[in-house]
Amino acid sequence: MTSVPVAEAAPAPGAQEFIPGAPPPASAIADIWRGIGRENPVLVQLLGMCPTMAVTNVLANGLAMGLATTFVLVGSGLFVSLFRKYIANEVRITSYILIIATFVTLADMLLAATFPDIRKALGPFIPLIVANCLLLGRAEAFAAKVPVKRAVADGLGMGLGFTLSLSMLSTIREVLGKGSILGHPLFGPRFEPWVFMMLPPGGFLALGIALLGVAYVGELRKRRARRAPVAGRVAA
Amino acid sequence: MSGPACHVPEPPPAVHKSTPAWRLLLTLVVAGAAAGWLIVSVYNATLPAVERHAAEQVNEAVRQVLKAPARWDTLYLVDGALTSKRPASVNAETPMAFVGYDAGGRRIGAAITAAEPGFQELVTLMIGFDPATGALTGYDVLDQQETPGLGDRIESDTDFTRQFPGRVAPLVGVKRAPATPNEVQTITGATISSRAVVRIINDAVARWRPLLQAYDRGGQE
Repeated sequence: MTSVPVAEAAPAPGAQEFIPGAPPPASAIADIWRGIGRENPVLVQLLGMCPTMAVTNVLANGLAMGLATTFVLVGSGLFVSLFRKYIANEVRITSYILIIATFVTLADMLLAATFPDIRKALGPFIPLIVANCLLLGRAEAFAAKVPVKRAVADGLGMGLGFTLSLSMLSTIREVLGKGSILGHPLFGPRFEPWVFMMLPPGGFLALGIALLGVAYVGELRKRRARRAPVAGRVAA
Repeated sequence: MSGPACHVPEPPPAVHKSTPAWRLLLTLVVAGAAAGWLIVSVYNATLPAVERHAAEQVNEAVRQVLKAPARWDTLYLVDGALTSKRPASVNAETPMAFVGYDAGGRRIGAAITAAEPGFQELVTLMIGFDPATGALTGYDVLDQQETPGLGDRIESDTDFTRQFPGRVAPLVGVKRAPATPNEVQTITGATISSRAVVRIINDAVARWRPLLQAYDRGGQE
């Protein structure tokens, strides 16, 4: 948000500046873990579904997309947080998108210079990271309201959570759909690959099963928590 | 979400003083200039590597379709004729032919690139053939966006790709086992992509064979 001139807001000396919607205080380590687990961008928040469906056909692609997104999340989180006091409220979304787009372009060019084959395989999906809700979402909801250290930790956590989810989905799809992992054949020449898993419906199926698993575990936990204090909430 | 809203102390009344327009403008101009500068510097820093990768890809493809030639000449298509003289303004779009020779100096064939629509997007191939007979030495996929697992087998299915060396253009794609030197068997499940390969090869050979033959008649200049 905008910097509120001290004279007008007049906070008590030493008190924290009040920022509407600021996330509750937490350590940087907790911020990282939150993105990987409890607030996993793909499996819990259901953000970034477009790349999740599109590039998780083989592990190399899923991994590369995850790492490129992590790079953009950390970079944009850093700059959004660093300049949060200077970015006027009226132009904040424009500024965030500018920062995100810059890092996406950098990621694209660095990938082209280092792993041209992976960039070729990912096609337009690297430039499309700019349209991933996860990026703007984290900039607006988190990075713009916290100090740099937490913003970077959050970007790292969300990025790793994204990378792990994509890697998991693409491992399932590559093993079933191609019979290989990172391009290394697993089953020998007699294996008939289940091509369905390489195509978009296979992505939906794999994601659906993963979400089912996450929901099931959540439900189990809830039940266990309910059983512990015996009476009380049973009637409700 | 989190059920009944947990009560946070009421925020102080928002002080909404609009920021003056010049400040908004200044923010965006400074941010835009910084972003532009960063992108240009990284572009310049990565350009040599990107160009090297592109050249490596072409070299690799030439080596593959001409069966590892000992050396090759690059010919440039300028004003409808081939010349071995490098034109002043040569770029990635300049049509080029790579004529490969074996260790004994005999010509193996010529490699050229061609792109035409496949099932989804442009399919770009490097095609090797002998200009004298029209016999293919092979092809390599430089770029394609065909359906993963189906159409992309034009790149990965060796049963399909190994048919091409020795076949004579113009080719015909057939669904049964090939009977004549003109026929190649298309991939089941990737008929359109297979036929696109056949069509690209036919069109490219039809276009380049006369050019290469004219170049041969014109001597080695």
